[in-house]
Amino acid sequence: MPGLITPIIALLFDGSKIISLGWVDSAIVVLYFIFVLGIGFYLMKFTKTGEDFFMAGRSMTMWIAGLSFVAANLGSLELMGWAAASYQYGILATHWYWIGAIPAMLFLGLIMMPFYYISKTHSVPGYLKLRFGDGASFVSAVSFGFMTVLMSGINMYSMAIVMKVVLGWDIHFSIWVSSITVMLYVVLGGLLSAILNEVLQFMLIWLGALLIPILGIIEAGGWTNMVDRIHQNFPKGDYTHLWSTLGSFQDNPMGIHWTGIVFGLGFCISFAYWTTDFLVVQRVLTAKDLRAAKMAPIIGASFKMFVPIIVILPGLLGLAVIPGLVGETQAIATGGHSYNEVLPLMMARYLGPGLLGLGITALIAGFMSGMAGNVSAFATVWTYDIYRPLHKKLASTDGTDAHFVKIGRWTTIIGVFVSIGTAYLVQQFASIMDYVQALFSFFVAPLFGTVILGMLWKRATKAGGFYGLLAGTVSSIGMWAWVKMDPSALKIIALSPYAKDMAENMYRALWSWMICVGVTVIVSLMTKARPENELNGLVRSCTVLPSEGHLKFYQRPVFFASIVFAVFIALNIIFW
Amino acid sequence: MDESKIISIWFIIGCLLSLFGIIIFAANVVDYIAPWSGTVTVLHELRAGIWWGAFLIVIGAVYTIAFNPWKKKTEAA
Repeated sequence: MPGLITPIIALLFDGSKIISLGWVDSAIVVLYFIFVLGIGFYLMKFTKTGEDFFMAGRSMTMWIAGLSFVAANLGSLELMGWAAASYQYGILATHWYWIGAIPAMLFLGLIMMPFYYISKTHSVPGYLKLRFGDGASFVSAVSFGFMTVLMSGINMYSMAIVMKVVLGWDIHFSIWVSSITVMLYVVLGGLLSAILNEVLQFMLIWLGALLIPILGIIEAGGWTNMVDRIHQNFPKGDYTHLWSTLGSFQDNPMGIHWTGIVFGLGFCISFAYWTTDFLVVQRVLTAKDLRAAKMAPIIGASFKMFVPIIVILPGLLGLAVIPGLVGETQAIATGGHSYNEVLPLMMARYLGPGLLGLGITALIAGFMSGMAGNVSAFATVWTYDIYRPLHKKLASTDGTDAHFVKIGRWTTIIGVFVSIGTAYLVQQFASIMDYVQALFSFFVAPLFGTVILGMLWKRATKAGGFYGLLAGTVSSIGMWAWVKMDPSALKIIALSPYAKDMAENMYRALWSWMICVGVTVIVSLMTKARPENELNGLVRSCTVLPSEGHLKFYQRPVFFASIVFAVFIALNIIFW
Repeated sequence: MDESKIISIWFIIGCLLSLFGIIIFAANVVDYIAPWSGTVTVLHELRAGIWWGAFLIVIGAVYTIAFNPWKKKTEAA
């Protein structure tokens, strides 16, 4: 999540080194690098056509597509950032993993995936082109491509700072070694290499991080004792309830109301990210058939639901066993530790020889899976949605498949170097990060409005899609600028003067989505709709979906989705 | 692309986990018998490195055997 980067950057100003790696730990890290590069070299001979390079041959099983779908989102900043957020906000941070992910992932699998898959599009902008024409597609492709490489650079710089603070590694060493490794294996093996490495990285993230909550729970004396210790350590705050403190902005550490969590996060931001961000959707598009494509997000959701065990629980355990971590400013002033360091502190607390190397490998694996996701998605969108139409227009002919594979490889290299450049730019001008993160949030919510209307409403027109997307994006920028210039506008945007940053983001996303939908509907009703026969495979009411009648009920995606949803509801009730 | 010719990623994962497990297990067994690392962590008496290393070896072995590519070739022949 972009909003977590700034506090991590603040770590730079804390000069201490938290942990030291021994030779056994270093051997683990080196072995990991050898394996990921080896996978790239090995897969090079299997990556020949555009379909291989950009779509992994559309041959992935539902397990591989599902795990890479989650892994591409699970960066090292997620691990560090959300552990810190759970120390700061308590169990409320879990909302980003449950209501902020599960319903949207199930919706993607059951409702939206058939249209992405049947249309045989290479990308989300590619779907927009089929549904709404060049205008909306081009806006979406350019904004996605631009923001993806910038975000990749920002994440790269943030990871380098984490490695410097945690291990004392040189920033340049971290940036160059990790990014060149990612570049090599993506250039060599394309999306296939990125995806298979993501599955490996997902396993390492779990096995490297799982020991911390296990040992933490043993030290705390079980869940109940942990909760008691948190209440003793922080008698004024409630850090252990998910919903019961959300009746008022002032009753919880996040300064948010349940309407913001349910409608802003649970509906708008979550659905926008998980169903239209091509970085994650691309993984599912590689599935070998429609059932695998529908099952992949459901499998992803079932794993996502338990990620709080390795991300949120360490933060909560920190509240119980290492109270006294403070905000970054206070930590710098007093020379103490800040809550942004909670995960490395817990690593240093519990992990001995070799295990520490495994934990650091988990952080590096997280970063690399996220970066490979950015780079491979960027290469696809640039090649198919930006370069190809321009090439066709200028050369008056479509290029060969081999030509586009070559362009894809060069785009990957250039994308990585632009990311590295961004990382150095951010090093010089830290405020750029805040603006880039804000920019990223401007496009996501309106894009969801455009895509969902395109899939579910046959009356939506080309002009409606373009102007709706434009109005939603411009209004989001306008609201952000308004609050920047006049902070009192917060009470209008976020419905309360007590709302904090996260609440503002959620309500802004909600308003921009509503504006996008409103403008799309109005403009569409004023313009001529496309004939229904042109919308086959693109719109729900105009498409006959393949029947699942031949499958037994327990083989159908909806059966698995129901189980995942039931567990999701149960978890929310248990931790209410 | 003929994906049936590609070595399964689960086999590769099994190999890496086995190697990690062997390194972690061996380093911690040696550290238990003749302490060398100088690291004293909370709950170090539980010897997490030894049993987590062993756990990785078991998981790695299961994946390596179950997805062994040579076994697949023999069955096909």
